[in-house]
Amino acid sequence: MIRVTLPYHLRNLAHTGAEVALEVEGPVTQRSLFDELESQYPVLRGTIRDHSTHQRRPFLRFFACKEDLSHEAPDTLLPDEVASGDEPFRVVGAIAGG
Amino acid sequence: MGAVRVLVGTSKGAFILTSDGKRQQWKVDGPHFGGWEIYHLKGSPVEPNRLYASQATDWFGQVIHRSDDGGKSWETVGNEFVYEGETGTHQWYDGSPHPWEFKRVWHLEPSLTDPDIVYAGVEDAAIFRSTDGGQTWRELPGLRGHGTGPDWSPGAGGLCLHTILLDPQNPDRIFVAISAAGAFRTDDGGDTWLPINQGLKSEYIPDPDSEIGHCVHRIALHPSRPDVLFMQKHWDVMRSDDAGNNWHEISGNLPSDFGFVVDVHAHEPETIYVLPIKSDSEHYPPEGKLRVYRSRTGGNDWEALTNGLPQSDVYHNVLRDAMAVDRLDPCGIYFGTTGGQVYGSADGGDNWTAIVKDLPRVLSVEVQTLP
Repeated sequence: MIRVTLPYHLRNLAHTGAEVALEVEGPVTQRSLFDELESQYPVLRGTIRDHSTHQRRPFLRFFACKEDLSHEAPDTLLPDEVASGDEPFRVVGAIAGG
Repeated sequence: MGAVRVLVGTSKGAFILTSDGKRQQWKVDGPHFGGWEIYHLKGSPVEPNRLYASQATDWFGQVIHRSDDGGKSWETVGNEFVYEGETGTHQWYDGSPHPWEFKRVWHLEPSLTDPDIVYAGVEDAAIFRSTDGGQTWRELPGLRGHGTGPDWSPGAGGLCLHTILLDPQNPDRIFVAISAAGAFRTDDGGDTWLPINQGLKSEYIPDPDSEIGHCVHRIALHPSRPDVLFMQKHWDVMRSDDAGNNWHEISGNLPSDFGFVVDVHAHEPETIYVLPIKSDSEHYPPEGKLRVYRSRTGGNDWEALTNGLPQSDVYHNVLRDAMAVDRLDPCGIYFGTTGGQVYGSADGGDNWTAIVKDLPRVLSVEVQTLP
């Protein structure tokens, strides 16, 4: 079971809690994780990555195991701790204030 | 007596203001989608409880919502806007070619006859149509594919298609306006489009009489007379009596002919409203006085409407989609400011009250007249 934490506005959009649990078949990568996330929560399509290019939206970042994974290739394997569910994969919105 | 529902899009959510036909006591409901920019929301003329809302942020992109109970509850629908065919380029600010990129939906225009048909005006400028209640969207590529498309360039707010007018007497005719390309018309349901900018003069472009390149801020029509169009251009208030084929200036005695909004009285096709802004460098009313101007003669002769509006120290703007009229008698006029006020008049503009004073920056105002 993979754990994904979502920022506040996406939780509200998907009507879910701070963390969602996903069953991902095969290698656990950003692509397979987001494919499953968007399959379970279709309203999130286009809000984290582009519909067609699947590029990360520029004001979002991906973190896990205290590492910034935002620039990892979509088919790179995620850390074992994420694949095992010991650590969450975090989708984080850029902080802006003023 | 009827009732009205005012739909307000703001930088931090949507608000729904309701009143009976007297329009003296108001109920304020919201924010809906708190924290999200709501560029526009609008109801179906044939099914008033069917509302569409455009929600967007730089963080999470575009989301479209639909309500079937007048805004009590919302369903998220389709948000995939893909340009048809070869993407192509338009001009960037420096004149270089720049690929068309979808950014957001500025305006949603529900069909006059079918609640499941809705048009979307988007940035970068294009028009999309949904025939399934917003679940899926298809571009009408004839507009962007018009021969002048590669020469369109953005205004300060982006290359946005912000106005869509459906002709109530001719289902094949649609008017749109794009900043800063100009106004366009289709007479075949959206397959082909014609620039309708003859008579516009824009001193800020190399050829002031160019076929395109004019920063049209808003156009409006009266349903009984859809060949007569009124326009607030970047500078100049304009009028056309032949469906946009030719335009002439009607700014007359306005204190400034810069502004964003223009609208038409519901029962008097020659009574029109604008809200002058001092200049394109100073986006606030002249002299710090919030004044709506009304012409009862279709332009040129304008009177200031000030009763109930603050006449000192007002330095807000009123954006292009932030004025609307209801269809009650007497006609109600509404507008919202970037300072978060929504003002209403229940008597055609003679007297005004602030319905709400402290909303976030108002991006759009629409009104539904209910039975």
